[in-house]
Amino acid sequence: MSILGSLDWNDIFIVPFFTDPSLSTGIAAGAGGIVVLGALAVMVLLTVKGWWKPLWSNWITTLDHKKIGVIYIVLALIMLIRGVLEAVVMRAQQVSPAPGFLSVEHHAELFSTHGTIMIFFVAMPFLTGVINVVMPLQIGARDMEFPFMNAVSLWLSIGGAALVMASLVVGHFETGGWTAYPPYTGIKLSPNEGVDYWIWSLGLTSVGSTLSGINFLVTIYKQRAPGMKLFDMSIFAWATLCTAILMIFAMMPLTVASLMLALDRQAGFHFFTATQGGNMMNFANMFWLFGHPEVYILILPAFGVFSEVIPTFSGKKIYGYTSLVWATIAIAVLSFTVWVHHFFTMGQTAHLNAIFGIATMTIGVPTGVKVFNWMLTMWRGKLRFSTAMLFSTGFIFTFVIGGITGVMLANPTIDFATHNSLFLVAHFHNMLIPGLLFGMFAAVNYWFPLCFGFRLDEKWGRRSFWLWMIGFYGAFMPLYAIGLMGAPRRMAFFTEPAYFPWLVIAMLGALCVLAGLTAQIIQVWVSVKNRESLMVPAGDPWDGRGIEWSLGCPVPEYDFSTIPAMTSREPWVDAKEAGKRVMDPTEFVDIHLPKPTGMPFLVGLVATLFAFAMIFQMWLIAAVGFVAMWVLVLIRSYDTDWEETVTAEELREGYEAHKRVVESTPQIRLDDEFTTKNRGLIMETQV
Amino acid sequence: MSNTGAAHAASHDHGHHDKTGTVIFGFWIFLMSDLIAFSLMIANYADAEWHGIANGPSPHELFSLGLPTIETMALLISTFTFGICTLGMKYGASMKRTVGWLILTLALGAIFLGIELYEFHEFWTEGNTPQVSGFLTAYYSLVGLHGLHVTSGIIWGILLMVQMKTFGMNDLIKSRLVRLGLFWHMLDIVWIALFTKVYLMGVL
Repeated sequence: MSILGSLDWNDIFIVPFFTDPSLSTGIAAGAGGIVVLGALAVMVLLTVKGWWKPLWSNWITTLDHKKIGVIYIVLALIMLIRGVLEAVVMRAQQVSPAPGFLSVEHHAELFSTHGTIMIFFVAMPFLTGVINVVMPLQIGARDMEFPFMNAVSLWLSIGGAALVMASLVVGHFETGGWTAYPPYTGIKLSPNEGVDYWIWSLGLTSVGSTLSGINFLVTIYKQRAPGMKLFDMSIFAWATLCTAILMIFAMMPLTVASLMLALDRQAGFHFFTATQGGNMMNFANMFWLFGHPEVYILILPAFGVFSEVIPTFSGKKIYGYTSLVWATIAIAVLSFTVWVHHFFTMGQTAHLNAIFGIATMTIGVPTGVKVFNWMLTMWRGKLRFSTAMLFSTGFIFTFVIGGITGVMLANPTIDFATHNSLFLVAHFHNMLIPGLLFGMFAAVNYWFPLCFGFRLDEKWGRRSFWLWMIGFYGAFMPLYAIGLMGAPRRMAFFTEPAYFPWLVIAMLGALCVLAGLTAQIIQVWVSVKNRESLMVPAGDPWDGRGIEWSLGCPVPEYDFSTIPAMTSREPWVDAKEAGKRVMDPTEFVDIHLPKPTGMPFLVGLVATLFAFAMIFQMWLIAAVGFVAMWVLVLIRSYDTDWEETVTAEELREGYEAHKRVVESTPQIRLDDEFTTKNRGLIMETQV
Repeated sequence: MSNTGAAHAASHDHGHHDKTGTVIFGFWIFLMSDLIAFSLMIANYADAEWHGIANGPSPHELFSLGLPTIETMALLISTFTFGICTLGMKYGASMKRTVGWLILTLALGAIFLGIELYEFHEFWTEGNTPQVSGFLTAYYSLVGLHGLHVTSGIIWGILLMVQMKTFGMNDLIKSRLVRLGLFWHMLDIVWIALFTKVYLMGVL
């Protein structure tokens, strides 16, 4: 047994291209090349600009929840670029004459990585990032409850993403879809390292997500500002609380199922091999015990975002706060009761299917409540269509279409006809693109100034919205149509001529989505370039309602100079209505912030090394990596000098400085909020 | 969640709040997610013990109650001794006594683990390895997962004793000891479920 395990020359990304030159291996080599060149380019850039040191001291070692959130979001965006590009390649494959330019295996790898990446390395880091930035600010906390663990979660997620990227360069990824059902993913049918990549990249990130869930939950329970009752929290904080509970309980089934699969593959166990007394339905059950709540882990934070954005840009408080909260709780609870609808066709009784079908449809009720809440919030409001608001309203009616097809699929009899068809693919994209991505895009556009002190460019933001919106309809409505005509999902190519025109429209839609993504990159670029004119130092650029907007932009590292006194559900709105432009300070006291440390990064690094070694069966390296990971944690446990003090005096100075900025900022009309006149602290009251 | 009185006072104490209580609360939540792992493994076992025998032995053929009963007693007593250990710490017992009870607890844990490994070894040498059937896979994994937890608990306890020596009995160490205690008691509760499901119902 070699120390490098099963790794050999053929696993290096360009070798297959030389041994078996074709367009398919060429594309694989090209994709691997982009990863390698991209990594090199980043390193050269960092070296030339001398950015290594600031990168290390400001970002990699940070324990500040806002910066950790930003890193999560950057990770999500990088992976989103890859996910969208893969989608475009798949659509191009479908419209090229059969059998297309990709090998069947290569196409299978593409849809597997696309699904895995979009769920675990785009959606999850995106929402975790947004929660990290916003939630502590909304409950009047100074940080997450466990800042060190927060950073460990981050670096574990990045490690998982790095492994998926590594699979482009070294070896293969799995080919059995993002759900990786055995027996196909067993060692007999999938002997190469692809499934192991899936197992261990998900292993790292799901441990990270479990820890994040614990962190969010404890933070909300223990760190709320004095006087803030649970039913005083923002809807976004409520969504976070429910998401956190789902994370704590739902990630574990995935971890368990994937480790069982690993034991089956590497140790000859028989959890899922039917011939030896295993039962693959146990995998399906455990996977979806995770997978269904996961859908709501993804969607609830976006619901939270819409519940913040819509009131702000309607100039009204949220309609039916209590019903929205209970709807959120109801969705979280129901999410655990419906998992069997993912395998209506796999042999259970009709009674069971009926029960799970009804349970599934039930989720439509609280979701409907929410939709009415958002609409009634807008009713007779002063609507301003910022980018964030466009994404929110675009979400509402697009999501309703997805909800209707969801209720269709929840009916087992219909599901028998449409499962594994493109109709299903259209349905879940119809939920997750508006119900997750649009929410996160709205969040970024809305809360960006809190992190960076300037607004994002509105013109490019709106262009990105329209391109995404048109692209979404173009890419997925045709899939509903041909799905009903019988087009199966995951096919490497189609020979049915009737599908062709629809696939061409879908291809154009995918290109339009790619253009939308490009517009967003341009948006960031343009905004950074014009940041001077987009600065909003006085904070609150949208006449916001949450207490996060009572702070200056960017928010200082300690968040609040004094913990706000919570006298009502929306104390910042009360303050503004009382004519105040800065919230009254409470008491200035010395506070402690965690010192930056490189330890979480090292833990993540060693964990990733361990996982990589497990993938290629380098047992010795894996053992060393595993032990090293715990040794690092042990070393950290000896560190008692991990806090630094911010004195009451510094906090008072920070407060006074913010007050001076606010007082020197002229008050402007709401109509000017998207112009360069907006330096923050916009007020609805006319000048 | 009473956060008005106590938490208010605490948060004004130089920005510190009740860190110990919070950390223990967080650990409690972690244990709940760990319990999910055990419940899934138990569910998997419950399926495999009926449908997963394949060509291997059935639970009835495999198990006897003798050793597992001694095992169980060792673990039950260890959870009692850990209780005395943490109670003593709470009421200001000397470090020596605290460490003494902890050593006794870990030793009982080691006895438990030793018996478990002996049993694994016996089964293994009879040719009943986890590769034989879905049932044996489920058995080794479920009981093994618990054993792995006990092993971690023992290692954790030993490292903690080293830290007690270095730091003395400060709040941080006390909090860690309480968390190890929670972990240990949870393992005992899980074991009762395992003993019932695997051994008692297995030999019936």
